[in-house]
Amino acid sequence: MNQAVDTLTIDDFSSDQEVRWCPGCGDYAVLKTIQKLMPELKRPRESQVFVSGIGCSSRFPYYMETYGFHTIHGRAPSVATGVKLANPELDVWVITGDGDALSIGGNHTMHALRRNVDLNILLFNNEIYGLTKGQYSPTSKVGTRSPSTPDGSVDRPLSPCAIALGAGAPFVARSIDTEMKHLSPVVKEAHAHEGASFVEILQNCPIYNDGIFEQVKNKKIAPDFRVEAEHGQPLLFGKDKNKGIRLNRDELTLEVVNLGENAEMEDILVHDQTNLAQAQLLAAMQGPEFPVAIGILYYSPVTAYVSDVTDQRLKLRESRGQADLGKLLLSGHTWTVK
Amino acid sequence: MNNAETAESIANTEPGKTPARTVANVVVRFAGDSGDGMQLTGANFTDDTALYGNDLSTFPDFPAEIRAPAGSTFGVSAFQIYFGSEDITTSGDAIDVLVAMNPAALVTTLDEVVKGGLIIVDTGAFSEKNLKKAKYEDSPLEDGSLDAYRVLEIDIHKHVIAAVEPFNLGHKMALRCKNMWTLGLVLWLFDRDKQGTIDNLQKKFASKPDIANANVAALNAGHAFGETAEMPSGIEIYKVPKAKVEPGVYRDIDGSTGLAWGLIAGGKLADINLLFASYPITPASSLLHILAARKEFDVATFQAEDEIAAVCAAVGASFAGSLGVTSSAGPGIALKGEAISLAVSAELPLVVINTQRGGPSTGLPTKTEQSDLLQAVYGRHGDTPLPVISTSTPSDCFEVAIEAVRIATRYMTPVMLLSDGYIANAAEPWLIPDIADFASFPVQFREETEGFHPSLRDPDTLARVWAKPGTPGLEHRIGGIEKSYDTGDISYDPDNHQKMTDTRRDKVLGISKDIPLQEVVMGNTSGKLAVVGWGSTYGPIHQGVKQSREDGLDVSHIHIRHLWPFPDNLKELLSGFDKILVPEMNTGHLVKMLRSEFLIDAQALNKVNGLPFKIGEIIDAIRATLAEDD
Repeated sequence: MNQAVDTLTIDDFSSDQEVRWCPGCGDYAVLKTIQKLMPELKRPRESQVFVSGIGCSSRFPYYMETYGFHTIHGRAPSVATGVKLANPELDVWVITGDGDALSIGGNHTMHALRRNVDLNILLFNNEIYGLTKGQYSPTSKVGTRSPSTPDGSVDRPLSPCAIALGAGAPFVARSIDTEMKHLSPVVKEAHAHEGASFVEILQNCPIYNDGIFEQVKNKKIAPDFRVEAEHGQPLLFGKDKNKGIRLNRDELTLEVVNLGENAEMEDILVHDQTNLAQAQLLAAMQGPEFPVAIGILYYSPVTAYVSDVTDQRLKLRESRGQADLGKLLLSGHTWTVK
Repeated sequence: MNNAETAESIANTEPGKTPARTVANVVVRFAGDSGDGMQLTGANFTDDTALYGNDLSTFPDFPAEIRAPAGSTFGVSAFQIYFGSEDITTSGDAIDVLVAMNPAALVTTLDEVVKGGLIIVDTGAFSEKNLKKAKYEDSPLEDGSLDAYRVLEIDIHKHVIAAVEPFNLGHKMALRCKNMWTLGLVLWLFDRDKQGTIDNLQKKFASKPDIANANVAALNAGHAFGETAEMPSGIEIYKVPKAKVEPGVYRDIDGSTGLAWGLIAGGKLADINLLFASYPITPASSLLHILAARKEFDVATFQAEDEIAAVCAAVGASFAGSLGVTSSAGPGIALKGEAISLAVSAELPLVVINTQRGGPSTGLPTKTEQSDLLQAVYGRHGDTPLPVISTSTPSDCFEVAIEAVRIATRYMTPVMLLSDGYIANAAEPWLIPDIADFASFPVQFREETEGFHPSLRDPDTLARVWAKPGTPGLEHRIGGIEKSYDTGDISYDPDNHQKMTDTRRDKVLGISKDIPLQEVVMGNTSGKLAVVGWGSTYGPIHQGVKQSREDGLDVSHIHIRHLWPFPDNLKELLSGFDKILVPEMNTGHLVKMLRSEFLIDAQALNKVNGLPFKIGEIIDAIRATLAEDD
């Protein structure tokens, strides 16, 4: 039934399917956050489409009482692009993981972002392959021991947000699975953005990679290991907000400074979410030397692919007039046999 | 003159005039350097020939290299046309008239010219340098190597420079008119009217009147040369009588254009938007080009980042309520396999067009082959049945594309449509259909919420319900995991998987009741021999069977459009023949299917050299097969 958007609640977005993630999985928290956020978006339930690839997180659409398509490994951005091209009125979400989006589907992630297709891409990054029982992933830290790397992985990981920025994504953010207060507004912004929105969600896998984000999640130590990027605000962190990020202008690098020790307030870099170079530096920050940046790292809207496609089509239709198949068949050189 | 016995020579006795002779059919090939404008020459000659009233078939043959060095053998661009007073279905076995604009064109084509055939050469291009590039040690015009042919040597360079002199074009630009001078001569040789070409030139160069006038002057000069010059003995004007063709309005159509317009028509008949998502690949790309230029119609195009993205975008579009169409050649279709299986599992409509080329791997990208039939029917993981149909000729493409759209939307299934490199590029006259003559098949989207679940099916077709996102109250999830027959939810139940596998199979097999019964193209519905083909072997099989029947042989031609499932009566039809011969441009795909499905002793005739069958090869095989009885 066409339900008034004002009356929708979290229950309207919970499907009748039994959720089958492992107990303690970070995916539960993300699911709850998104289900709770849905009524706030004030959009009809039937206009929401969740498209996923393959992996633990890609089961997500089954649990949403919206339209959903659980596709094949790595290809969700392409399927979602087709959905959006076919019906630009829909809100199209891509639910994916580090293996799905950055390994087998790296090409599609890159092109959905550089084309700027109006998709909300939520990448659940748990730095491991969960569904296939624990092999290392393209985001696993060097030295990750797994069934396929029993002596520790030797290849270097990539940073999802750095990849997204490199591919030209106009909206790039990072958040944390269990922190609804942070995740929910970030995703809401991502939804509001007309164009490709990329949100990396640091997500704990309690079975194969438990505690991998402990430093940024554990409330006792997290303040020292993460910095919350807010547009227009200085990049301060630490329990007493006495540490900050400074731009070394000679080396074009970032450095951690201590207020009152080796820096003053005016030395601290102010987050400018429209500054691509700054976003790239923030996205690349890794612990333990640097805090991990969370929040909207980059947001600089440009016109979205599908609306450009539509505009071009409308203009052409205006200039060419009503399409007429009969005329098309008779166009060019014809002759009559009597 | 491929059937020389039907050619009748009439010596024209009028003094001072070139004698004429009447022939039923003739093959002409224009060959020159990539920069010589051979495609334009051929296209104009085709127009004039169609206007004259001959039936015809053409095949452009251009190099794989984009800008090959001038004068090189691999830079030869050619255009072949077969035309005549009878039905023409191939671009011809052997060349009767070769126009060779340089030594490279001569050396690469000579083997295909019939002994006694006419060769027109531009001596102006037979310089030492060009001869060397063509790897001639001595000029073939002087060493006697062309003695078996009739050779008309003309310094076209000299004539064209003189003809366009009033236009002050400069030497280089003036020489570029030599293709039109040559065309003028050839139009004279075949007694065609040159007005059509003059109109085309005025239109093409409307913004450059000097160029237009120079080209027209060159055309006129070439024509006048034929009329006035003393031709060497053995040179005759060809009279090719008009063909008896069905009345109506005609145009030339190539296979790619036929498919593209058929897709547009199919979308209209289904009352649905199309998303054509593709990735460039030879020889399939022209479909994307043609549709991308037609944005006024309800077909959007999407050039994806790769083959997989293309098919996935098409599948996504189908989920969202458009019809997704994707297109490629064999290697790309292999990449799309997993996503096609997803569409089978999710039961979404999809049209997949395979313009086949020589394989495996990169193979022969610009040459034709039929070696993807088994891939189309069987080449996916899991039990993944889908209907496969094929197009036989450029003028068949329009209707076959409509049929693909019809089956895909009516049965909620991917449909594989097989074309090939020959069909894509070849052109022939097409009786333009009236779209109003086609039955429409509007798609019905589900809107009723009562009793809805995503696995609901039509009891007759077994097609799954199509509920598109944006429809209130029908929110649902689909995917590649096995689904419950009763609810559409994920199901790992063993009996359910059996039931769903059977249902997918039965749905596709049931299409056999919804397609025309197999007919015999030519000949009796039973007898000694049926030649059974599919796809672009239509032309040579048709001519081969026709000529064999004229020789009194008991042979019929059956051509299968619906390759999976087969038409319901095919087994019975084939069982009425003592022998079955299956010519294919592969190592034996259809023959394998016919043998395994029907337990019949079908015999293969295979050819995989990148070229279509010659009519003679089909005739030889028919004779050999029938002779086995004796």
